[in-house]
Amino acid sequence: MTLELSHLHRRYAGFAALDDVSLRIEPGEFLALLGPSGSGKTTLLRILAGLDYPDSGSVRQHDRDLLAVDARQRKVGLVFQHYALFRHLTVSENVAFGLRIRPRKSRPSRAEINERVERLLKRVQLDDLGKRYTSQLSGGQRQRVALARALAVEPDLLLLDEPFGALDAQVRVALRRWLRNLHEELGLTSVFVTHDQEEALELADRVAVMNRGRIEQIGTPEAIYQQPATPFVCEFIGKTNKIPLQRANGVLTGGQRPLGADPWPGNAVGSAIGYVRPEHLLVSAEPAVDGWAAQLRHIYLAGGVAHLELDVPALGQVLEADMSSDEVARRGLQPGQSLVVQPRLITAFPLDAQGEADAAARHVLQPQAAP
Amino acid sequence: MSGLRGTRRPSWRHRLLRGALIALVMAFMAVLVLLPLAAVFIEALSKGAAAFMDVLAQPETVSSIKLTLLVAVLAVPSNLVFGVAAAWAMTRFEFRGKALLGAFIDLPFSVSPVVAGLVYVLLFGAQGWFGPWLSEHGVAIIFAVPGLVLATVFITLPFVARELISLMQAQGSEEEEAARTLGASGWQMFFRVTLPNIRWALLYGVLLCNARAMGEFGAVSVVSGHIRGLTTTMPLEVEMRYNEYDYMGAFAVASLLGLLALLTLVVKALLEWRYGDELAARAPRGH
Repeated sequence: MTLELSHLHRRYAGFAALDDVSLRIEPGEFLALLGPSGSGKTTLLRILAGLDYPDSGSVRQHDRDLLAVDARQRKVGLVFQHYALFRHLTVSENVAFGLRIRPRKSRPSRAEINERVERLLKRVQLDDLGKRYTSQLSGGQRQRVALARALAVEPDLLLLDEPFGALDAQVRVALRRWLRNLHEELGLTSVFVTHDQEEALELADRVAVMNRGRIEQIGTPEAIYQQPATPFVCEFIGKTNKIPLQRANGVLTGGQRPLGADPWPGNAVGSAIGYVRPEHLLVSAEPAVDGWAAQLRHIYLAGGVAHLELDVPALGQVLEADMSSDEVARRGLQPGQSLVVQPRLITAFPLDAQGEADAAARHVLQPQAAP
Repeated sequence: MSGLRGTRRPSWRHRLLRGALIALVMAFMAVLVLLPLAAVFIEALSKGAAAFMDVLAQPETVSSIKLTLLVAVLAVPSNLVFGVAAAWAMTRFEFRGKALLGAFIDLPFSVSPVVAGLVYVLLFGAQGWFGPWLSEHGVAIIFAVPGLVLATVFITLPFVARELISLMQAQGSEEEEAARTLGASGWQMFFRVTLPNIRWALLYGVLLCNARAMGEFGAVSVVSGHIRGLTTTMPLEVEMRYNEYDYMGAFAVASLLGLLALLTLVVKALLEWRYGDELAARAPRGH
């Protein structure tokens, strides 16, 4: 069942939580809504669940207007960030809740309910804990109870609000791999909200990056990371170096070095902004190489990867470059050393007179290294 | 000096102050609370148990007990319904005038009960705003049971609402939203999720509300008219007997109210001991 969200607007007291959001959710896909807090991702999730309503716009499922369907009839499973388990009920009773409250004619028999609850608890690996109260469980266990409870009503759409937000790092990684497997087994359409890009990129089939009530970019994790579409996505996803660029006489320069032909038509003189990922900065110890002169200030060893902090006087700023720790050792790099830095891949946006970047005019530069 | 000994014990001055303070509070309690309470029971039984039972069997006493129970039976459920509705509105909805509603719920605690009673006389009394219309239609509110109930409802209005508002605020509405998405109707959500979460706080509020409803004197006294056997509740009966120099009788009826107070205290302590964490506003879970 394809979900078609179009032109959703939602305002709260002077603040636009959703500003013209349109989105297509394909059947069986695992979609992440990624963004900082206040970007509108939770509002979008609550609208899908029927707990909030847009001021305008529509949500359609085939020919059905989903907004006209009450939350209780939507067949949507929602897992809350803080689980929202019923504290006066046991684990089994929590899972059985959605079945027990059904009207008599659509309610499964007691034996069927018990059997289904048992099967679900086994699926979330909690089959021994059915008799416990939820206050006796760990965070990860509670999360799985919440998931089993949502799955018990056999939803068409599973929604997860920051599903791993309240868990510690180790449990988080284990649980998200497990959730990915479960999603594949069930073949359910799932949407989850997160502010953690690593989580979104690792888990989702597609990621929608949200900022200030708008979807900045939607695409596969690879596309989001490799081809960020807007300055916000460049800065929000992964690490990046932000470099001021100048446009003059048909040439784009940065730090007094020509980087290529000015890709934008129109006014010949102006400025632009460029983003370079740390792994796209080539570092060389040979002064003959064409590039920005830099001084190596620090080497931060983070396991297999080393982060180099490079002071570039031509840019008047510090750049970060990544290389493998082995490479650092092989080349015998030392803090204080003079180096040459070359950007290999720049995502650039022209700036207008007000200094606003034009996301639509995005251009990717691949400056040629001098032979 | 304590530093030299290597331990930090409270100095003798400190200990003296602490002891004096505790003794002062204890003495205060003994003289002002325990002594009068004991006096009530001693005085009530001063002429023997038989005389005590005689007083309780008198028709005036019986009718005052019945009336007190009747008023409580009408006033407490009204405030239970109002309290739950008010707490729900205050914690689950956003609307204009919410802060004002919150302030007005507390008003009966800050206004003198006599004033509360007088307001009802002004509204519904023979010379009041609605008095002539009411008497034309043969409805008696002031100097009758409806007036007693109204005054009692007013006085005890905040007990249930206040207890629930702080708790429901802290618990948040996520569990109710979860119930909705699982297919619960409004009533199912209330009876299966909300009510179990607030049941002990609700009971606690009802208990305090009931104790006050049965013991209220000021507001009830103004609207009652002191008609023996008709509009005299137990606290009013105590006063009337006292004014008639029937001290032993006054204390006998008073001892029943004293017993009610003690019973309330015991149940309250029991609730606090057993369900303290569910009564106190729990730490919110995030957001």
